[in-house]
Amino acid sequence: MGDGIGGAAFRVIRRGILLAPLWAWLLMLVAAPVLILGVMAFATPSDGVPPFTLGLRFAAFAMLVEDFYYAEALLAALRLAATTAGLCLLIAYPMALGMAGVRPAWRLPLLALLMLPFWTGFLLRLGAWIGLLRDEGLVNHLLRGLGITDEPLALLYTEGAMLAGMVHAYLPFAVLPLFTALIRLDPALLEAAADLGARPARLFFSVTLPLALPAAAAGFLLVFIPAAGEFVIPELLGPPEAQVIGRVLWQEFFQNRDWPLAAALALALLALLILPIRWFQRLGAGV
Amino acid sequence: MLKATGLEKRFGAVPALAGLDLAINAGEFFALLGGSGSGKSTLLRVLAGFEAPDAGALTLDGQDLLPVPPWARPINMMFQSYALFPHMNVADNIAYGLKRAGVAAEDRRSRIAAALDLVGLQGLETRRPQQLSGGQKQRVALARSLVMRPRLLLLDEPMAALDAGLRERTGLELRALQRKTGAAFIMVTHDQQEALALADRIAVLEAGRVAQIGPPQEVYARPATRFVARFLGAANVLEGRMRDGVFESAEAGTDIGTDLPAATIAVALRAEHIRLTSADEAPVMTGILEDAAFRGDDWLLIIRLRGGARLRVVHGAPPPAPGSAVGLAWGTASVVPLFA
Repeated sequence: MGDGIGGAAFRVIRRGILLAPLWAWLLMLVAAPVLILGVMAFATPSDGVPPFTLGLRFAAFAMLVEDFYYAEALLAALRLAATTAGLCLLIAYPMALGMAGVRPAWRLPLLALLMLPFWTGFLLRLGAWIGLLRDEGLVNHLLRGLGITDEPLALLYTEGAMLAGMVHAYLPFAVLPLFTALIRLDPALLEAAADLGARPARLFFSVTLPLALPAAAAGFLLVFIPAAGEFVIPELLGPPEAQVIGRVLWQEFFQNRDWPLAAALALALLALLILPIRWFQRLGAGV
Repeated sequence: MLKATGLEKRFGAVPALAGLDLAINAGEFFALLGGSGSGKSTLLRVLAGFEAPDAGALTLDGQDLLPVPPWARPINMMFQSYALFPHMNVADNIAYGLKRAGVAAEDRRSRIAAALDLVGLQGLETRRPQQLSGGQKQRVALARSLVMRPRLLLLDEPMAALDAGLRERTGLELRALQRKTGAAFIMVTHDQQEALALADRIAVLEAGRVAQIGPPQEVYARPATRFVARFLGAANVLEGRMRDGVFESAEAGTDIGTDLPAATIAVALRAEHIRLTSADEAPVMTGILEDAAFRGDDWLLIIRLRGGARLRVVHGAPPPAPGSAVGLAWGTASVVPLFA
């Protein structure tokens, strides 16, 4: 009786109140910026402030298709993101296994250690890599001091330095979902597999690995998606030819001041990243 | 077939097994009965190879089992949680052990079909564990173990996760399966009804040791210690001592029984063996009816004796009012001497 029309209305209102912050967040920080980018991408560049005049011009999108420079930058970014995410997974899996394998009392300190880098500035940590890898840096000093090389090795501004910086920055995002999945893995499943004749290696590949697969996919994407738009690390550690999309975006926005082109580029990146996100949602639903 | 001697296992300062001896015969249904902390689960895990004992020996057909890792032991286990692989369907779960043993594909198919037939789950091959009911999961777990044709199957509380209504029937099916396969079953349980009903022999565990071992009827009728008497069927235990061939019990307020061994330190009396005397009958003992509870088939009476001890008595008819004085009697054979 009390649960009639009045009750239903009350439930709708209560749900509205609960969801309001989420909707506000999505509107202000996702929908509005995308809308602004959309409007900007069709505008005409100019010398004023802001450096564009509104209109309906497709030149920016045409440029993306015509000039392979941009497609290559997108590809380079995806390649870098995939390599980074793959390397992060390879390193994160044994780390997560180790962290999940210790006594529960040790897990929190290990987790804190994993998060420790976030307590120092991101740029500061990249500066440390530069200090390590430059010609007069610690690594080259050590190599020459031990007589392994005569000339300083070119370590900085290479693919390797860039990847090291990327993996260093994004590794925790790959470890966390794997760690969570592995500590929730029922030890009885592993014992059952052993009981049925599985040796440790077989047990790992037939039980541990497949059951942590959704978490591995989550870790991969948590690294892949932000890494695809990364521009600071390639800029500071990478070789000049590593023209990833993030760097190109930065140049178009702040050096060429072609905001419509930059906006179109940003939208293209967004469209590309929606695919793996959808793929991940399907994977998560399937398990 | 399986022989354990002097098994010891500590977890930190807590002893789980304290010099446990046990021998299991081929083809028998054996129940390990004990409360929590009695060491029954630890014993099962030692037998399966998941825990290494700190001391003691374990042999199967005279062969040392302790250096053999779990995957190489000719023993299979059914887990209390069933531990079905959630990423495999029913058929793949059952196939898992056969694949590890290198059984050929067509052989595997026929053995999986036979195992599903055995537990009555034909047609569920492609279901995932998440799509099964509790009873079906239990059967898949059983089929997954039995398809390996083990000579010894360990069952950790196999019926604990089932509904009460399903438990009785499943228990009988379990025993029928055991007879059919001829494998020795070792079942761990805290449920004495289950152990008494199904097992050929039971062992009551107390603090990491076997308190008593034998056929269910024998252990139930002649408990050897206070612990076993109280644990199995919640017998009344009266403390006392032997003097001049008579058992004197201060708790009861009178002497009890005759012809008891000189080493008797307590006696056990089952609630169902005590009856209220009628007016024209001389009682063995008298007491005050403190409380009565109707249980459906009968009444449970709590009767305080002159010495202060309380007896549980099962009574078949409506009892007198609480506070009444009642006379009690029993057959001399019902008095079981306890030595520890």
